[in-house]
Amino acid sequence: MDKQGAAEKLQQLLGNVNAVGVAHSVVVELSKYIIIFLFALYTWHCFTVFIGRDKERKERVYQHQIKLIFTIHFICSLVLFLNSLNIQIVLLYVLQVVLFLFVSKSYPFVYEGMSRVVLNNMIMLLMTGMVMIERLDIASAVRQMIFAAAICVLGLFIPYIIEKFSYFDIFGWFYAIAGLLLLALVFVIGEEHYGAKNWISIGSFALQPSEFVKIIYVFFAAAFLTRAEKFKDIVLVTVVAAAHVLILVLERDLGAALIYFITYLVILYVSTERLIYLLSGLLCGSGAAVAAYHLFTHVQNRVIAWRDPWSTIDAQGYQVARSLFALGTGGWFGMGLGEGMPGTIPVASSDFIFSAIGEELGVFFAICVILVEISCFVMFVNIALKMTRRFYKLTALGLAVEFIFQVFLTVGGAIKFIPSTGVTLPLVSYGGSSVISTVVLFSIIQGMYVLNREEAEDSEDKRRRGRRPQEEEEAELPQQKNVRRTAERRRKRPDGER
Amino acid sequence: MSAGQRRDGANARMERDRKRGNRQVIAVAYCVVLVFLGMIGYLVRFMVCDSSEVINNPANKRQELLAERVVRGDIVSSDGKVLATTETDKNGKETRVYPYKNEFCHVVGRVWNSKTGIEREQSFPLLTSHVNPFKQLANQLQGQKNQGDIVVSTLNARLQQVAYEALGNQKGAVVAIEPATGKILAMVSKPDYDPNTVRQQWDDLVEDSQGDSALLNRATQGLYPPGSTFKILTALEYMRENPSYSKYQYNCQGSDNFGGNVIRCYNGERHGTVDLKSSLAHSCNGSFAHIGVGLNRTSYRKLCESFGFNQSVGGSFASSKSQFVLSKKSDVAEVAQTAIGQGKTTITPLQNALISATIANDGVQMTPYLVDRIESVDGTIVKKYEPEVRRKVLSQKRSNQITGMMRSVVSDGTAGSLKNLSYPVAGKTGTAEFDAQGTSHAWFVGFAPAASPKIAVSVIVEGAGTGSQYAVPIASRLFEEYLGN
Repeated sequence: MDKQGAAEKLQQLLGNVNAVGVAHSVVVELSKYIIIFLFALYTWHCFTVFIGRDKERKERVYQHQIKLIFTIHFICSLVLFLNSLNIQIVLLYVLQVVLFLFVSKSYPFVYEGMSRVVLNNMIMLLMTGMVMIERLDIASAVRQMIFAAAICVLGLFIPYIIEKFSYFDIFGWFYAIAGLLLLALVFVIGEEHYGAKNWISIGSFALQPSEFVKIIYVFFAAAFLTRAEKFKDIVLVTVVAAAHVLILVLERDLGAALIYFITYLVILYVSTERLIYLLSGLLCGSGAAVAAYHLFTHVQNRVIAWRDPWSTIDAQGYQVARSLFALGTGGWFGMGLGEGMPGTIPVASSDFIFSAIGEELGVFFAICVILVEISCFVMFVNIALKMTRRFYKLTALGLAVEFIFQVFLTVGGAIKFIPSTGVTLPLVSYGGSSVISTVVLFSIIQGMYVLNREEAEDSEDKRRRGRRPQEEEEAELPQQKNVRRTAERRRKRPDGER
Repeated sequence: MSAGQRRDGANARMERDRKRGNRQVIAVAYCVVLVFLGMIGYLVRFMVCDSSEVINNPANKRQELLAERVVRGDIVSSDGKVLATTETDKNGKETRVYPYKNEFCHVVGRVWNSKTGIEREQSFPLLTSHVNPFKQLANQLQGQKNQGDIVVSTLNARLQQVAYEALGNQKGAVVAIEPATGKILAMVSKPDYDPNTVRQQWDDLVEDSQGDSALLNRATQGLYPPGSTFKILTALEYMRENPSYSKYQYNCQGSDNFGGNVIRCYNGERHGTVDLKSSLAHSCNGSFAHIGVGLNRTSYRKLCESFGFNQSVGGSFASSKSQFVLSKKSDVAEVAQTAIGQGKTTITPLQNALISATIANDGVQMTPYLVDRIESVDGTIVKKYEPEVRRKVLSQKRSNQITGMMRSVVSDGTAGSLKNLSYPVAGKTGTAEFDAQGTSHAWFVGFAPAASPKIAVSVIVEGAGTGSQYAVPIASRLFEEYLGN
C-alpha cells in the first residue's frame, strides 16, 4: 500500500510520470465529489422512498439504491487500486461484489416482505466499512470479509430458527443464566485490550462475549417483561439486568455497560408504559456514573479527555485530539481515499473508524453514514410499532435501541460530543464479533417482522373465511396456531411439519 | 361461548396488544432522533467554527502531508517586505529563509524546533494553496508543487527595525499598536536569536548559560512589575470613585508611612502640595500610595480586570496573563505598594501597550492581532481579519480626562523630552524596582498624536534605570519614525 512505490511502478510501466500523476490525482480528486454526491442521493432515497403508495416506484428506488452502492463500491475500489496497484484489492473487490449481490438477491427471497431499505442500508454500511478497512490494512479487510460472508450466509437461516422456536418468550431464565455466565467467562479466561478485560480467545480468534450476549440479553428482558405483572416481577428482572451491567462495569467495558443499561430502561419503559421507571432509572444511572467517576481512574481519564483534550494531548486527550485532527483536516469533502493520514488515528479501523471516514471521504460522507444508521433505526421502530406479540415488540425495540445507542456512543466519542467509550460503529468497524452480532441483530428484527406480517395476514384470512369452527385449532392458543399455520403455508417441504 | 366469539375476542386482544406501548415507542424514537440531530449539529459547528484552529495544532501531523504538495507560503509585512520565505534549490530541497534574521525572530517565529509566532499561528494557511485550479493543474503537469498562500501581517517593517535598533544591546521589549484597530505594528523582544540558524544554536539557546532567555518573547510572555505606569489605572479608579477628583490635594514630604511601609519618591524628592494631575506628571509615589489605600479594592480590581489583568490577552498568539492580586484581605502596606505599581502586580509589555491603546481609542479596547489578511500568490484575498472590539472600558469623556493628565507627564513632567516633537504626546514613565538592590526596569507607555492617536507604544528596558532616561528616547524614535518629526 505504499503510494510512492505505486507511483514509481506506474512510472516504469508508462514512462510519462507527470501525465500519470495528473490522471491519478484527477481521478482521486474527482472521485471524492462523485462519491459524496452518490451517497447523498442514496441517503435521500432512504428517507423519501415511503412518500406515496406507488409500489412500482418503491421497487425502482430500491433497485436504484443497490446500483448506487455498487457504483460507490467500484469507484472506491478503483481509487484504492490506483493508489497501491495491489492485485489483492481486485480480488477482494470481486469477492465483495459477489457477497453483496448474493445478499441483495437471497435475503428478499428468504425474508419475504422484509424492509428493503434496511437490507440496502446493511449492504451500504458493510461496503463502506470494508473499503475503509481495506485502505487501512488489507489483512484486516480479508478477515472482515470472511466474517461478513459467513454470517450473511448463516443469516438466511434465522427466520427458520425463529419460526421453529415460536416459544422464544418462555426461556427467560435460560437467557439470563446463559448471558450472565458468558459475560462472567472473561473473568476466568479473559484478555485485556485497550484497558478493558472483555475478550476471550478461541484459537486464533478473539471474541467479545458482550457483543453476543447483548442479543440474548434483550430476549431475556423482553421475555420477563412480557409476563411481568406485579411490581415484584419487575424488581426481579431489574436485579438480573443490573447484574449484567455490573459484570460489564467490572470488566471495564464501559461502552457495553452503558448500552445494556439504556436498553433495559427503554424496554422497561415501553412494557410498563410508565415514565417514572425511565426517569428514576436515568437518575440512578447518573448517580452511578458520578460514583464511577470518583471510583475509577479510567473513567476520569475519559472525562478529562472529553473536557479538554488539548492540554492533555499526549496523555488522556491523545485519541480524541487525533480524531478531531482527522475530521478537521479532512474537511467537508475529505482528503480523498489514500490521501490522508488515518494511520495516525488510534484504533482507526474500529473505535475511531468514523474519523477515518471523515478524513478521507469527507465529513459530508460521514454525516450520510450517521443518517443511514438513523434510517435503520427508524425502520426498526416502524417494525416494532407493527408487532402484534408483545415479546416481538419489546425484542425489536430493544435491539433497535442497542444498535442506535452504540452508534451514538462511537460517533459522539469520535467528535467529542460525549466522552469516548470505545465501542464499534455497527457494520462499519472492523471486528468479527461486532459484524456477526449486528448482522444477527438485523436478521432477527427482519425475521420477526416477516413472521408478524404472516401472522397478521393469517388472522385476516380467518376473518374473511367466516366463522367455520375448526376442531383441531380449538385446542391451541391462537398465537401458536398461527405460527404453525404460517410454517405450513410458507414451506411445502415435509421437514417443516411437526 | 361460541368459537367465533372467542376468535373475535382474540383478535381484539391482539389489536390491543399491538397498540400497547406504541406511544412510548414513538416517544423513544423522537428522543433518539433529537439527540442525533443535536450530535450532527455539534459536528457541523465543530467543522465551521473550531476546526481551523484545532487542525493548526503542531501535534497534527497532517501538516507534513500538505508540505509534500505545497511550498510553504511567504510571510510579509504590511509595507510589503518579505519577512519569511521558502527557497528551493535546484535539487528541489526547500529551506525556510528569514531575510531580517534576528529582527523579527519572536513575532514571526520559526519553523524548526517546534513552530512559534506567526509561523505557528498560520501554519495551515501557509501550507494551503488558493492559486486558481487551472494553474494548479498546470503546475502538476510540470511536476511542480503549488505555492502556498501569503500571510500579510500587520507589522510595519521599518518601525520594527527602528524599535530593534533603538533597544540596542539592552534586554527588554517594545510593542507598538494602532489604537483604532488593535493591529500590532511592531513587536521586539531582546535578547534574540537568528531563526535561520536556530537549529545549530539550539543547544546553547536551551542551555542559556547567560540567563538570556532569548527564546522567550518578552513582549507577550515577560511578566514585569509595571512600576509607575500603573498609576494611570490608580488615577482612573480614584476618578471613578471621586467625581470631585479635581479638588484632590496631597502634601508630599518625599516619603510617607503606609501600614509600617515607608514609601519614598524618586531620589527622595519633595513634590510639596500636589493635585491629581501633577501627582501623575511628577509620578509622586506618596500621593498615589495615599490614593491607593483609600480605594475600594473590589472596584479597583474590577477596573484592572476590565483592562485585561488576570485574563488572556486575546488574539491567537501565546501570551502570559498579567496579574493583579489585590483583594479585600490585602493589608495596607500591600495596597500602597500596588497603587504605585510595585507589590505583586505583574504585567506584560503587550498588556501595558493595550492600556495606552484603549485610552487612545476613547476607552474602547480592541483585540490585538498580528495578521491582516491571507492572499493567494496571484493576489486574491483568501481571508481578511477584521478589527474586533474586545470591550468598552472607559467613557470617551473619562478617556479625554486621563489623556489630559498623561499629556502633562510630557508637557511638564517626567517625559519632558517628548515635548520637542511636532505633535502632542501623552504618556507615562515608570521605574520599576525589582530587587532589593534597587535596580529598576525603565518603562514608558503612551500614544501620539494625543488628539487623534495613530500609534500607542509600550517600552521596557530591563535593569536600565529610570524610564525618563532609558525608555522615553526609544519611544521618541518610534513616534518619529511612524509620524515623522
